[in-house]
Amino acid sequence: MDHFPSNWGRPRNDAIDQYATYPIHSRPKDSFAEGVQRTQQPIVTGTSVLAFKFKDGIMMAADTLASYGSLARFKDVQRLHAVGNHTVVGAGGDMSDFQYIQNLLEQLIVDEISAQDHHTLSPAEIHEYLSQVMYARRSKIDPLWNSLLVGGFKDGEKYQPSNPRRPLPLTVYLRFLAYVDLLGTTYSASTLATGYGAHIAQPLLRKAVESREEILTEEQALKIMEACMKVLFYRDARSLNKYQVATITKDGVKISDSKTLDTSWSFAENIRGYGAQTQ
Amino acid sequence: MTSIGTGYDLSASTYSPDGRIFQIEYAGKAVENSGTVIGLKVKDGIVLAVENLIHSKLLVPEANRRIQTVDRHIGLATAGFLADGRQIANRARDECASQRDLFSRGPELKTIVNRLGLYVQAYTLYSSVRPFGISTILGTVDKNGPSLHVIEPSGVSFGYHGAAIGKGRQLAKTELEKLKLSELSMSEAVLEAARIIYLVHEDAKEKDFELEVSWIGPESNFTHVHVPNELYKEACTKAKAALETFD
Repeated sequence: MDHFPSNWGRPRNDAIDQYATYPIHSRPKDSFAEGVQRTQQPIVTGTSVLAFKFKDGIMMAADTLASYGSLARFKDVQRLHAVGNHTVVGAGGDMSDFQYIQNLLEQLIVDEISAQDHHTLSPAEIHEYLSQVMYARRSKIDPLWNSLLVGGFKDGEKYQPSNPRRPLPLTVYLRFLAYVDLLGTTYSASTLATGYGAHIAQPLLRKAVESREEILTEEQALKIMEACMKVLFYRDARSLNKYQVATITKDGVKISDSKTLDTSWSFAENIRGYGAQTQ
Repeated sequence: MTSIGTGYDLSASTYSPDGRIFQIEYAGKAVENSGTVIGLKVKDGIVLAVENLIHSKLLVPEANRRIQTVDRHIGLATAGFLADGRQIANRARDECASQRDLFSRGPELKTIVNRLGLYVQAYTLYSSVRPFGISTILGTVDKNGPSLHVIEPSGVSFGYHGAAIGKGRQLAKTELEKLKLSELSMSEAVLEAARIIYLVHEDAKEKDFELEVSWIGPESNFTHVHVPNELYKEACTKAKAALETFD
């Protein structure tokens, strides 16, 4: 019996959908109908995303520029995306692919809410999901052209192996920070940076943060972030002096309004050897 | 029933000589035997409440819930066959997902109700299927404010200020009419809903039941969730107290 009314009275294509098991919106299509199309290069792109752990959680930042090649095309694009109440995803790379990922994650959260099982997705689960999506797409030779940082903070349970007399789990808050890119590559560290920031800001972050993850306060973390964003704005030709900061703590996700960097360019007139100067 | 179909009730694709389709009417009977479900559209939100009849003491509490979440902001409650309710909820979720896929925003309830209505109606056309043995109440709060709809086994749907389906619907409707729905706050509506469900249960007192209440509105951050425990307990206590004074 065919349980999809839209099929009733309509000839069935036995080659594709022998038992009519697909609901209307996901009925298989002929994959060659519109020709095979794949992403071969990113078009409208975002640059670096920075993130690191601090005492109370995770801090992440990205500027608000989406470039069209070398043209600064869109100057007010949010590249940090909250997923549920515990996680933020920050994206560099192709912005249309990022918007697609945002839609995927939105539906994922809606499905999770609909289940009504009192379970919410943890940052680690969201990262795992993204890594599977990214790897599946690159395996189709049609990658989602992004590098993503996933940062989050969620309560979890931890057993105390040191004390077998007290097997009760302790509720602990777990910071999570990991990377995934268009190849499906993943890694995790207490400081992470994508794109140009991986070259320019990562060393600065390591110096400022590593071994101080449990000490840094939110104010200190914000200062470090600002310093790194400033260096990136000076050095990265695809960057902008407007950026947003996301903090994920036990109180949930907070994404700031866009902040403007205070920069000075007076040194520029002393530079010799480029451009139109005659001497 | 006075006029049993005499040969015209074996298929949903056959009319009786006086123009009725008995299979649809029988589906209506399946709804009438079910525990009462009510929906209230109040000032700034929606409250859904269900009299969930417990058929066995061995059941785990909160098993077989009859209020389901379809999308962030859409709640659905059914009276009739529980399994048909699950099917309609899954279909509603698929419709919402497809709307989100197409338009990248939360779906409008009106669209979802129309499409579910078409779906339910399709099951009244063919001899090989049976109509849905459920009536469905759907509620949402969106940019146009709260809205409440009911879909019946025939596939028709209407918008309501207050809706009641299932066994105790008549009494529930009279009680709903006494309320000034457009002036009630969300928590007042929860208390009233609980009172009405306890009241209509009086007639089937020998059966155990579990009250189920959900809401959508500012208190729930405009998402569809079951009401918080404290409010739920308060509603139950006050509903029981109101029963004593009602007679």
